[in-house]
Amino acid sequence: MGIKLYEIAHSRAGDKGNTLILSLIPYEEKDYELLRNLITVDKVKEHFKEIIHGEIVRYELPNISALQFVCLQALAGGVTTSLVMDTHGKTLSYALLEMNLELPEIT
Amino acid sequence: MKQRDKVRIGCGAGFSGDRLEPAVILAEKGDLDYLVLECLAERTIALAQKRKATDPAQGYDPLLERRITLLLPLLKKNKIRLITNMGAANPVAAAGKIIEIAKRQGISIKVAAVTGDDVLKSISGDEIAMETGKPISESGQVISANAYLGADAILPALETGADIIITGRVADPSLFVAPLVHEFGWSLDDVDIIAKATVTGHLMECAGQITGGYFADPVKKPIENMSTLGHPFADVWPDGSATISKVNETGGNITLATVKEQLLYEVTNPHQYLTPDVSADFTTVFLKQDGKNRIKVTGGSGNKKPSTLKVSIGYKAGFTGEGEITYAGAGARERAHLAGEIIQQRLKSQFPDLRTDYIGHTSVHPSSLANDCQPYEVRLRVAGKGATADQAAIIGEEVEALYTNGPAGGGGVRKYVNEVIGIVSVLIDRNKIKPSVIVKSYGH
Repeated sequence: MGIKLYEIAHSRAGDKGNTLILSLIPYEEKDYELLRNLITVDKVKEHFKEIIHGEIVRYELPNISALQFVCLQALAGGVTTSLVMDTHGKTLSYALLEMNLELPEIT
Repeated sequence: MKQRDKVRIGCGAGFSGDRLEPAVILAEKGDLDYLVLECLAERTIALAQKRKATDPAQGYDPLLERRITLLLPLLKKNKIRLITNMGAANPVAAAGKIIEIAKRQGISIKVAAVTGDDVLKSISGDEIAMETGKPISESGQVISANAYLGADAILPALETGADIIITGRVADPSLFVAPLVHEFGWSLDDVDIIAKATVTGHLMECAGQITGGYFADPVKKPIENMSTLGHPFADVWPDGSATISKVNETGGNITLATVKEQLLYEVTNPHQYLTPDVSADFTTVFLKQDGKNRIKVTGGSGNKKPSTLKVSIGYKAGFTGEGEITYAGAGARERAHLAGEIIQQRLKSQFPDLRTDYIGHTSVHPSSLANDCQPYEVRLRVAGKGATADQAAIIGEEVEALYTNGPAGGGGVRKYVNEVIGIVSVLIDRNKIKPSVIVKSYGH
């Protein structure tokens, strides 16, 4: 079954200098393991290949069933000197949620 | 040391331009012990330093007078202490302004200004910027340098008994850690308890972000009564655990989802959230729904605070020039693209980094994430940097010239020139920074 990540998870973007920070939180805590298995660093790298130019680190927070992606060289220089419209990269949480997922068939 | 069984802290502003009334409602109906207003971003303080340079009586938050005028009678009536970083580049002048307002309102008040964050005089320019790996003088002319002070700098101000504590640059969570340490008599060396307080501070500091404001999505994440969004308060207990909630009749929602988003907001390493007070581990935090709009926060642990403090350096980074023009109807996208190409050809030799964005189509995300749709209207935005304001203005002028030189049907031109203040960071030995407190009072 193909769905958008948007259907099962939410996200907020944060920024520190040229670093983009994306949380990824499933609506249902039971989907945490699914996201942990499917939303790998490589998958996020591929999805954001035109935006994120540096390393991506994924942190796991099982206590609150959430993932955190910390993406370097992702904000066109960062909030104060960047020429892009969304200098904070705040809209990029919804870019993450555009990712297509192939879910295992549920019987 | 006095001990309370609980301390209630509200957060009435999450940034300088935040709404005024949520803080008023918190002060009126929140049954608060403390009200925090977090009004200082990285760039805000550099801009404030520029205002101070032209007028030594300025440099504090532009909304300070309006906020304090509204809040002062309520703070007095309900015995709430206010802690805010609205001092920005000039906490002492801000304290003076508060005294002036108190005199006008006939309210006796004691204000403590925390100083020492301004370290511009001790910056040589040879310090290496964390972002570039190069000396900061290479970024541009340095105009400000402010160290992030911690709870240890705020505590002496609380101990003066002041009704209002006004600071410049301090770490946002420290605005919350300090009153908790003051009330519960915690040791600043107790890393686990300081980490718990830092978790609470981090959850609270963006005000409306945790009550559902910057969370809401009407399709998947609906939030109630957003036009009257309330700001949060935290009940904190002596063991460092906290309950996040809000005033009953205010809009918004506090749920596990809103709190999780806020916990992770702007955190570059959840195992090591660094402040001047502690290195906090957010992966050990537990959250539990504890009734409607009530989330219980437990757990959280910490490690020793860093031996250095972060210093935000503001520098002159030239000017940006922007121009915008809209195309609508059939072929809007093609005409906007043609306009963008014309501008690129005319300006690329002068502005090698010129950006062309297509608002309504591919302005904030690149084409790889956009559907290949035909939008009804597209707005071309062109942006570039110039060393002078005159040079940057050329960009808007070129966009305006599309009015008669084509393509067809372009309208609604707007052009802008803005000075850019860049920010880089350096680390400084914390022992070199000497915070102090200046007290002013009226009617005491």
